[in-house]
Amino acid sequence: MPAVQETIDQVRLIDVDQYKYGFETEVEMEKSPRGLSEDVIRFISAKKGEPEWMLQWRLDAYKRWLTMKEPNWARVSYDKIDYNDIYYYAAPKKNPAPKSLDEVDPEILKTYEKLGIPLREQEILAGVEPQRRVAVDAVFDSVSVATTFKEELAKAGVIFMPISEAIREYPDLVKQYLGSVVPVTDNFFATLNSAVFTDGSFVYIPPGVRCPMELSTYFRINEKNTGQFERTLIIADKGSYVSYLEGCTAPKRDENQLHAAVVELVALDDAEIKYSTVQNWYPGDAEGRGGIYNFVTKRGDCRGKNSVITWTQVETGSAITWKYPSCILRGDGSRGEFYSIAVSNGMQQVDSGTKMIHLGKNTTSRIISKGIAAGRSENTYRGLVSAHRKATGARNFTNCDSLLIGNQCGAHTVPYIESKNATAVFEHEATTSKISEDQMFYCQQRGLSAEEATALIVNGFVKDVLQHLPMEFAVEAQKLISISLEGSVG
Amino acid sequence: MLEIKNLVVQIEDKRILNGLNLTVNKGEVAAIMGPNGSGKSTLSYVIAGKEDYEVLDGEILLNGENVLEMEPDQRAAAGVFLAFQYPLEIPGVASMTFLKATLNAQRKARGEAELTTPDFIKRVNAAATQLEIPKDMLKRALNVGFSGGEKKRMEILQMALLQPSFCILDETDSGLDIDALRIVSEGVNALRSQDRAFLVITHYQRLLNHIVPDTVHVMSSGRIVKTGGKELALELEANGYADYRETEAA
Repeated sequence: MPAVQETIDQVRLIDVDQYKYGFETEVEMEKSPRGLSEDVIRFISAKKGEPEWMLQWRLDAYKRWLTMKEPNWARVSYDKIDYNDIYYYAAPKKNPAPKSLDEVDPEILKTYEKLGIPLREQEILAGVEPQRRVAVDAVFDSVSVATTFKEELAKAGVIFMPISEAIREYPDLVKQYLGSVVPVTDNFFATLNSAVFTDGSFVYIPPGVRCPMELSTYFRINEKNTGQFERTLIIADKGSYVSYLEGCTAPKRDENQLHAAVVELVALDDAEIKYSTVQNWYPGDAEGRGGIYNFVTKRGDCRGKNSVITWTQVETGSAITWKYPSCILRGDGSRGEFYSIAVSNGMQQVDSGTKMIHLGKNTTSRIISKGIAAGRSENTYRGLVSAHRKATGARNFTNCDSLLIGNQCGAHTVPYIESKNATAVFEHEATTSKISEDQMFYCQQRGLSAEEATALIVNGFVKDVLQHLPMEFAVEAQKLISISLEGSVG
Repeated sequence: MLEIKNLVVQIEDKRILNGLNLTVNKGEVAAIMGPNGSGKSTLSYVIAGKEDYEVLDGEILLNGENVLEMEPDQRAAAGVFLAFQYPLEIPGVASMTFLKATLNAQRKARGEAELTTPDFIKRVNAAATQLEIPKDMLKRALNVGFSGGEKKRMEILQMALLQPSFCILDETDSGLDIDALRIVSEGVNALRSQDRAFLVITHYQRLLNHIVPDTVHVMSSGRIVKTGGKELALELEANGYADYRETEAA
């Protein structure tokens, strides 16, 4: 059929040209020696001016990591990673720890301007429209280059700073919580991260405080052959609330780059954390060359009673995604939510989902996952819902829908359900569908182009998830999804 | 307005239209009647540009332009509207959102400015009131869970909003009860004008009591075999299609 042939041709043409953020910034960088060793870890720790306990923590993680094996259960395939061929630290040579924006290398400022990330508070404030303000922590390769609205947040008692700074300034808080959700020994990539993590954000919301603005971290990988090992730790003390978002981009390159992050969230009694991700790492070209390996461990601990953690993710980038933002529902009456849109096109591979571990009484969780596969991509949802024998009255609702565009892609759903408790009620719904030619014709007959029609149908498909994103990001995400699917229909 | 010359169409090697000729003038309401399988729906799909059909010969001219070379959305922007016999469901897309997207896409294609939201809402509300479409229906996902009658009213609402110059109604009366038939027909009649032509495809004369045609064409085996005034429809109602089947055989 001619239509199918056309689709195939168009998919072949999909190239990195649609990736808007693929530019590279010329900045002189200081790097650690290539490869991984105790010396490299000491180098990173020294660069960060860390206390001895932190260095020891890293070295212990490294020793442990040497005994571990890379996981191979995910439905993804890639050439073996040579961990000694990566640079684990890269920071701008000129002033790696600027105290104000004026000290930041203008080239780096330009980079964020090009990416559309506002770093100057006065520009945000001077906007004609009273837009909602967002505080930004900008992480460039291995260091945080700017954090905005720090002072205003401090007035509310909120701590928002690069984690390397928090280790120096709030060692007790960091010691108490770092590794308490994702233990050092958790998994191969998390352990690697524990040994070599460079920067990321630290957030602490004091009891009873509703964070006065959205917090966000913007991750940029720029330097080649460099891995990014972000570490983020967010603590919402009793009765507090915070909404946090992260965004990510990287230049186009022929080789693969590793991003192995760890994110830990802790919600104490009656606290709520909303964590949103718009992940747009470079996905590689049409033949699957290049792109980011996004091997990430994200976990939230609903440690207090009636606490709430919500993960919302829009995943459009990365050559390979291996990521399962999870909730440990420890506090009685706590709630975990996971809303996900994972779009794959070209040769991308996605194996993503969540884990909802019900430990406390009357805990509830909700999973809404929408996978969209186009091109020759593979898109897998993998999720675990479990109830401990003490988790009486645990409830889960899971809905996994997959949408296929074209006939060379794959969608897979792998749910694991474990209940050790007779009172637990777990529901699971799953569907797989294709955009039908009749639907496309109907939309086109009304005047929409093939691409507009696809975007409209896809946006309808992901609506339930989009509405959980903060407003500005929902619009952004909608555009991003359309761009990611460009060229996927004939 | 619409001129079809010697149209020959097949689908998967099966010939459906066999040298069909048809002219519909500006301001005219033309009805096409014919037995099942005579190619009526195929004709409507081919005019609108559905891609499963292979056009072997002939041309379709809309205001002198050959639409066969256009994509379906270009034909829509040029004024072709097809009210589907089975309107499609678009889950998650509110009817209102769909209406706005399509209207603005057509305006953009014609080089016109997009409508402002208040202006758009005013137009939708006016058309919806006439078709007795409640406001909450406009908030629901397009055609999802709609009854047969609701779907057909939604088709006519779209027609009223998009203001096409050439409207095809494909079996719009199928699945309608008497009240819905009246509402839909009134909606169509309100759109009749000197600048707009209609092609009304139906099995039954009953729709034509409500939407009174200027001309009636009888279709059989992929061709127009007889053309007459509105009285031809009554004749068919009385005698059935048997005569025309014989004509073909001969």
